Amino acid sequence: MTDATHGSAADKSVTTDPSGPMLAADGTPLKTSLNRALRKQKRRALFLIAPLLVFILVTFIYPIGEMLFRSVENQIVGDTLPRTVRVLADWDTEASDIPGPAVFSALAKDMMVATEEKNHTRLGSRLNYEASGLSSLFRKTGRGVDDVGEGYTEQFVALDPAWEDPQTFIDIFAGPRWLDANAEYDGEGPRPTFRLAAGIGEVLPQTASIYRDFARVVQTEDDDNPAEEEPWNTVYLALYEDLQAGAVIPADMAHADMLNAAQVAAASFTTTDVLADFVSFDKDWADRDVWRIIQTYSAPYTTGYFLNSADLQLTPDGVAWRPENERVYVTLFIRTLIMSTAITVSCILLGYPIGWLLANLPSRQANLLMILVLLPFWTSLLVRTSAWKVLLQDQGVINDLLVWIGVVADDNRLALINNATGTIISMTHILLPFMILPLYSVMKTIPPSYLRAAKSLGATNWTAFWRVYFPQSVPGIGAGSILVFILAIGYYITPEIVGGTKGVFISNRIAYHISTSLNWGLAAALGAILLVIVLGFYWAYDRIVGIDNVKLGG
Amino acid sequence: MTLKTTLAATTALTLAATGVFAESHAAMSNDMTIVSWGGAYQNSQLKAYVEPYVALHPEVNVVWDESSAEAVAKLRAMNEANNITWDLVDVEAADGIRLCDEGLAMEIDVDEALAAGDDGSTATDDFGDSLVSDCFIPQIVFSTTVGYRTDMVGDTPPTDICAVFDTETYPGKRALNKRPLANMEWALLCDGVAKDDIYDVLATDEGQTQAFAKLDSIKADTVWWTAGAETPQLLADGEVVMGSTYNGRLFSAIAEQDQPIGMLWDAEMLDFDGWVVPDGLSEERLARVMDFLKFATDTQRLADQAKYIAYGPARASSAPLVSTHAELGIEMAEHMPTDPANATNVFVTNYGFWSDYRDDLDSKFQAWLAQ
Repeated sequence: MTDATHGSAADKSVTTDPSGPMLAADGTPLKTSLNRALRKQKRRALFLIAPLLVFILVTFIYPIGEMLFRSVENQIVGDTLPRTVRVLADWDTEASDIPGPAVFSALAKDMMVATEEKNHTRLGSRLNYEASGLSSLFRKTGRGVDDVGEGYTEQFVALDPAWEDPQTFIDIFAGPRWLDANAEYDGEGPRPTFRLAAGIGEVLPQTASIYRDFARVVQTEDDDNPAEEEPWNTVYLALYEDLQAGAVIPADMAHADMLNAAQVAAASFTTTDVLADFVSFDKDWADRDVWRIIQTYSAPYTTGYFLNSADLQLTPDGVAWRPENERVYVTLFIRTLIMSTAITVSCILLGYPIGWLLANLPSRQANLLMILVLLPFWTSLLVRTSAWKVLLQDQGVINDLLVWIGVVADDNRLALINNATGTIISMTHILLPFMILPLYSVMKTIPPSYLRAAKSLGATNWTAFWRVYFPQSVPGIGAGSILVFILAIGYYITPEIVGGTKGVFISNRIAYHISTSLNWGLAAALGAILLVIVLGFYWAYDRIVGIDNVKLGG
Repeated sequence: MTLKTTLAATTALTLAATGVFAESHAAMSNDMTIVSWGGAYQNSQLKAYVEPYVALHPEVNVVWDESSAEAVAKLRAMNEANNITWDLVDVEAADGIRLCDEGLAMEIDVDEALAAGDDGSTATDDFGDSLVSDCFIPQIVFSTTVGYRTDMVGDTPPTDICAVFDTETYPGKRALNKRPLANMEWALLCDGVAKDDIYDVLATDEGQTQAFAKLDSIKADTVWWTAGAETPQLLADGEVVMGSTYNGRLFSAIAEQDQPIGMLWDAEMLDFDGWVVPDGLSEERLARVMDFLKFATDTQRLADQAKYIAYGPARASSAPLVSTHAELGIEMAEHMPTDPANATNVFVTNYGFWSDYRDDLDSKFQAWLAQ
């Protein structure tokens, strides 16, 4: 389509001053004109691939991006224990063995809310990834936390039975707008979200905050009216703390007299040791390490998952190795790389002669051979893997045959399955077509006359092969190796079935964390590392062999 | 004229039929996905609960999912994705407690939702101690025990659970469950810990280390299974000399398939298995599930299940109704884990412990396996 522009530009160029820019027929510089034409073309091309581009963005790039984002995300600690995290930030790990009473009081409130919302087990699972033992800690605490602060509830009620009345709290804490909306609520749809009265947050900050949480939980979790429910014990705990901290009660506040009387009486209340309550749920609450872990992982973003992927951990003193009995990932990465290499090499050794036969046999036999190569390729992966299970097991076909021939003794059968050997054998078989097909398509294009020419010039069979034929087939080996190696490095079904515990890959661990332990952050981090390794190999391959030397076909 | 009338009549009929159809089915969904353990056990549920129910309600279409072993993880993931695709899930007691604590299973008022016992007792009384959680509707009492190849153990068949750890007397591979349950308890028991102290010991780091050390002694000889049907298969193939699985699976392999397999009734881990309903089902789906649940957990249905597999019914009122095997005519009661002759040295699983410690020990166990 640029022919016309080209022609006129050429004509014009003859007549214009050679030092100035070349001009098109309409007088614009040729470069601009050409660019405009090309841009139009590019835009049209983009328009054509737009559906594909959008599809890839939505179904591939975005989910992967979101998954990888999980490898650094860590909002759950701060979201579930907001009060605790705030107070815990001031804890000096060196000055005291465990945090002070303020932290335990904050924890009691946070845990009460989390337990009612059933979020505490999730937080326990999250922290359990860092140190096993924390999941049971949070579960056990969740069972008992509603009793924390009960002593204060009893003392407030003994002082004035009105403290037991839900309406007292509504009078003090509820905002007028919510009161109106709540009165109009007819049972349909979601309840109006509870709102605090103006200014109450300054007078009784702790109590207002926990009472708001209480009211909202009652509304959303139990679908009840907060005006009819007795507050949690932790609300009384907070009220005691606020009053003791010297809250100044404005005279015009609802129940100011009750609050003033309570403030006077609170000075002589019997105090409760919240720490002791928590330790009675689980003695680990008095464990410095538990608190250090919560403090270390309170930030919304963490490098913890990536460190974990390398058998490292984040401690308050910096990065350190994980305990000996938890180090598995480095071993698994190395094992994955070594075994993938072994599989790739066995595929080259087995696939090369077959590729050669396919390319050089008369077409009748070659077609038959081709079908034999493709037939397993078309069979379900699970079926082929299960077939290997039957073949390789101790009482399996191969062992039976070897015993029958007399190569191995009956009581000393070869261990071919549930170990690395089983994985290498079956994966070599499964990935073999990915090596044979590129090899075949490259070998097909090597003219047989080259070999004949080499021989007629005096080369031996070996020299003719090694100096003439082999170099021309290298692009096929390259393509096959990249395919097989990259497929192998991410394989998981076959190792899972025949690999036992010693023949599994890093992808089995990723699958475990995705589907069983639900440690998606760690799975994402492991996946990201695997991706970087593959890209690293690709880059190295490009530097050494050159990616232009890879051919998938003629 | 006639054509017009016919058309009009047909249209009216169709409309009416559609109306009736829509009305009768607005209340209850016709599709129900039931999650179970596969194999002989799932088959017993199909025969005893689902087939009779579908005979009464032919419009119901039941889909099975054999994912009970990873039910907790999958329900957590479904909750995360906000897309609950299961209607009824068969889980062990400890998992029922876990799911209830996490808000993933629905709390069910047993007396309101389930049928009273045939003997007139309320559902609560009838189920008794098996109601371990507000969300868990028990079906069966089962046990995890060990089966062995009778032709591979010589003249001295094992009688003691510790034969699992005795590779000198019983050389060969063992099949064990790829999760800490039962393995940890047996390891401590055979390492000299008194039966009553096992869960106290297992709650400590030292106790866990001790259990792993004991398991280390047979790690190289162990094939790890994930589905209950694997051990009977491995035993039948002669791949392992002994292996743990659920007693009903061993019964099926021995009595129904006539395999050369024997089973141990020593320190078998007694546990409950039952239904939970995932939280957050739509009204129509929930209505169907509750209707099925009421039917499938009544006295007769629970007793019927015992015709197909050797597990004890969870209702006290079902026990007298347990009869003979549906095809073989064998008296089933004596193959139940609850039979006094079998329960001489039974080990009752502490589901409370496992609901608290499962996450901790799972992660340690998997790390131990990977090393």
